[in-house]
Amino acid sequence: MISNKAKKQIDAWVVKYPEGHQSSAVMEALKIVQAENDNRLTSDTIQAVADYLAMPGIAAAEVATFYENYNHKPVGKHTIRFCHNISCMLNGSDELITHLENKLGVKTGEVTPDGLINVKKVECLGACVGAPMFQIGDQYYENLTADKIDEIVDGLK
Amino acid sequence: MNEVCFKNLDQKDPWSLKTYEASGGYSVWRKILKGELTPEQIIDELKTSGLRGRGGAGFPTGLKWSFMPRNANMQKYVVCNSDEGEPGTCKDRDILRFNPHSVIEGMAIGGFVMNATKGYNYIRGEFMEPFYRFEDALKEAYDAGLLGDNIDGSSVSFDLYTHLGAGAYICGEETALLESLEGKKGQPRFKPPFPANIGLFGMPTTINNTESFASVPDILAKGGQWFADIGVANSGGCKLFSVTGHVNKPANFEVPMGLPFKDLLEMAGGIREGRTLKAVIPGGSSTPVLTAEAAMAMTMDYDGIDKAGSMLGAGSVIIMDDSTCMVETLTRLAHFYYDESCGQCTPCREGTGWLYRVLKRIMDGNGKADDIDLLMGVQDKIMGNTICALGDAAAMPVESFLRCFREEFEYYIEHGKSMVKG
Repeated sequence: MISNKAKKQIDAWVVKYPEGHQSSAVMEALKIVQAENDNRLTSDTIQAVADYLAMPGIAAAEVATFYENYNHKPVGKHTIRFCHNISCMLNGSDELITHLENKLGVKTGEVTPDGLINVKKVECLGACVGAPMFQIGDQYYENLTADKIDEIVDGLK
Repeated sequence: MNEVCFKNLDQKDPWSLKTYEASGGYSVWRKILKGELTPEQIIDELKTSGLRGRGGAGFPTGLKWSFMPRNANMQKYVVCNSDEGEPGTCKDRDILRFNPHSVIEGMAIGGFVMNATKGYNYIRGEFMEPFYRFEDALKEAYDAGLLGDNIDGSSVSFDLYTHLGAGAYICGEETALLESLEGKKGQPRFKPPFPANIGLFGMPTTINNTESFASVPDILAKGGQWFADIGVANSGGCKLFSVTGHVNKPANFEVPMGLPFKDLLEMAGGIREGRTLKAVIPGGSSTPVLTAEAAMAMTMDYDGIDKAGSMLGAGSVIIMDDSTCMVETLTRLAHFYYDESCGQCTPCREGTGWLYRVLKRIMDGNGKADDIDLLMGVQDKIMGNTICALGDAAAMPVESFLRCFREEFEYYIEHGKSMVKG
């Protein structure tokens, strides 16, 4: 259930913590396993992470459900995480989110029929001087306009 | 401007070890490795500098470091809080991206002072560009023999690791951050015991903000008095301010403490499109909102902002012009705290939901005549009644928005629409 590649990645985090505190790596371990399982977690994958880190399944499940960056429902290949907090709102994020929903033909929380994209409204991503902004994967896109959004979204494969 | 954390911003590859060392970087650390500086001297300089915690609470850094039981015979830790997530705040991201070595050196110095041989930099999970940049800098520092065991043949050891968050504003609260570092839900701990006694993995731990650590090397290189003299009484040095919202040139500015707000506004290009200033949140979304009049008379330092009726917080200045509907803005902030409450304390878990739902029904045109009293009552019951400051942070905007812009809320309730936007 956890590939050897993922185990190696998890091990690289485990060594950062003192002996016996390998469960400190659970947050990254869940992300690594999520990434290779259609970007979402199931009770089975959560248990597998818990087993690998020798921690109770419930402890891993608590982490998996407490933090925002784990998915428990199907998501697209790309999740567009659109900030709608104050600095982005003051700079028109609501209008741009509507523009994006119209362009994709789905509301926030839904996945495009081809399984490629879903849009999620998120709280402040800490790039307020570049508002309005969103995140796709590791990358931030700032100072967004409707045209810029079209260009970015059209480039997603 | 840009004298400490941002001093190399206009250099080529400001994040590189080469650039950092060319501007005096790691000179303090090398002095420590040669045995030329004592922990007591460093704490004295920090106290003289007037450096106060840049994460929001403003606690004097020198004093904080002096609380650690440095002679206790157990593992001790220094932790950097790079879990930047206060709405309106985006300064630590730029420190990590453009001056990561200052954070590494600041943490290493802290480790030496507090006799802590291990450190963790907790970086918010979304900050992947800053994370990779910081990891590269760590590698450079290790390769240059600046970190590790018995560094450069000295008796000083310091290992530094990164830890990534996974999306939870509450982990910016220092004890929630420690829980998270231990691989748990980020729910704050009761204090006391304070982390200096029982912190990470049960060991003495000191947590400082990214900007605080990044300021330490220059303070020690140039002297505490030099730093203190940049600022004003009770607010030593310079500070990063993130100026965002309705300004022409939103940006981070590192400026002397005590700068008049109106000068900072001008640096950010002023209010856009010939509109007028309506309101300012001076320290991040958790700090009370100010009217334009109060803001324009304010100076940007701890006492100056306190006098105006708010708090310096993390230095996150959110500017609102006269097109802003204050009901809509407060509703958005209320949603944020509702979303981010960790659920541990009843007043916060339930109260933030009440605040959001009542504001939402006003926005939906279903407000009731006594909703303002209801909101005031709920925020008052949260304030001061929770384990951590998130409850207060949710309450303060509500109290201040209703106090400063009450007529907009009354209008919305009575007419079912915005006084500003119609």
